[in-house]
Amino acid sequence: MSHSSTMDEAEHSQEGLNGLVKDWSTDKQTYHVPWGKAMMWIFLVSDTFIFSCFLVGYMTVRVSTTDPWPLATEVFALSFFGSDPIPLILIALMTFVLITSSGTMALAVNYGYRRDRKKTVLLMIATAALGATFVGMQAFEWSKLIGYGVRPWGNPWGAPQFGSVFYMVTGFHGLHVSAGVIYLLVVARKVWRGDYEKKGYEIVEITGLYWHFVDLVWVFIFAFFYLL
Amino acid sequence: MSSASGQQHPLGIYLKVWILLFVLSLFSYMVDYLHVQGPLRWTLVLLFMALKAGFIMAIFMHVVWERMALALTILGPPSILLLLILLMAIEGNYTESARVQYLGHDPFAAPGHVSH
Repeated sequence: MSHSSTMDEAEHSQEGLNGLVKDWSTDKQTYHVPWGKAMMWIFLVSDTFIFSCFLVGYMTVRVSTTDPWPLATEVFALSFFGSDPIPLILIALMTFVLITSSGTMALAVNYGYRRDRKKTVLLMIATAALGATFVGMQAFEWSKLIGYGVRPWGNPWGAPQFGSVFYMVTGFHGLHVSAGVIYLLVVARKVWRGDYEKKGYEIVEITGLYWHFVDLVWVFIFAFFYLL
Repeated sequence: MSSASGQQHPLGIYLKVWILLFVLSLFSYMVDYLHVQGPLRWTLVLLFMALKAGFIMAIFMHVVWERMALALTILGPPSILLLLILLMAIEGNYTESARVQYLGHDPFAAPGHVSH
């Protein structure tokens, strides 16, 4: 009807504040994205609050405890072939694996929109494989800490809360990565079958949003739990 | 609708951000590896963290290309968390001071070293 409805989307996204007012004052639709994408974002915002509660809880117990906090740089050090322990090396490698997977995911989204199904599927499978590698490394890390005698109620070095925070935060994140691997494989299979040839490939972007969010959470865990 | 709303951008920008994320991660690891301590450690770690999170959200999650209505829906509600962090920091500090003052805990006890 009006002139604005025929405006193309590229022009749309640059309206800034005027666009904000316009979107919220329409009766029909506020978010000009596919509904699945809006729903994924709303889910991710709620998930942000869950992880934030964990991290803020971690801050509170760490600030309030008078027991010394164990040194993450020593706890997560690892020696290879009898070398001196390298501080935090496993966590650094896990970070690199997850960032690599974020990159392959970003490329998968891009090739999806280019309708290059083969590259999209291969990149999604690579992302899932890297995610599975991450979870495997995390399982290894857990088994190391369990071997050291770290429990949710105590550890040999200091504040008992160290164990409870560690298992809860990394466990919940690892659960998200595992779910992401399954999600990626399911969507990759459907892309492979050509299910989205008619509908379009927004689904790859939506899956990507979830995956990048998992990486995003790890950025905060890496900084707050392992580095500070 | 389906073609108009797709986020299509040149591959180059993804590759550049990807490399940048690797470099920033390496920097934060070096902060620990080189035993940088005190306020400088906090500044560097938080700076690299904020940059990484910013680039992941802006470019990989396309927030910079979204309309402001969606971007503010994503970024607005979580900003209230800053208040939660402030309140819980005050609360935590108070609890710690009470434990030191009334229970006689030593706030400067050193953690045990880890033998591998």
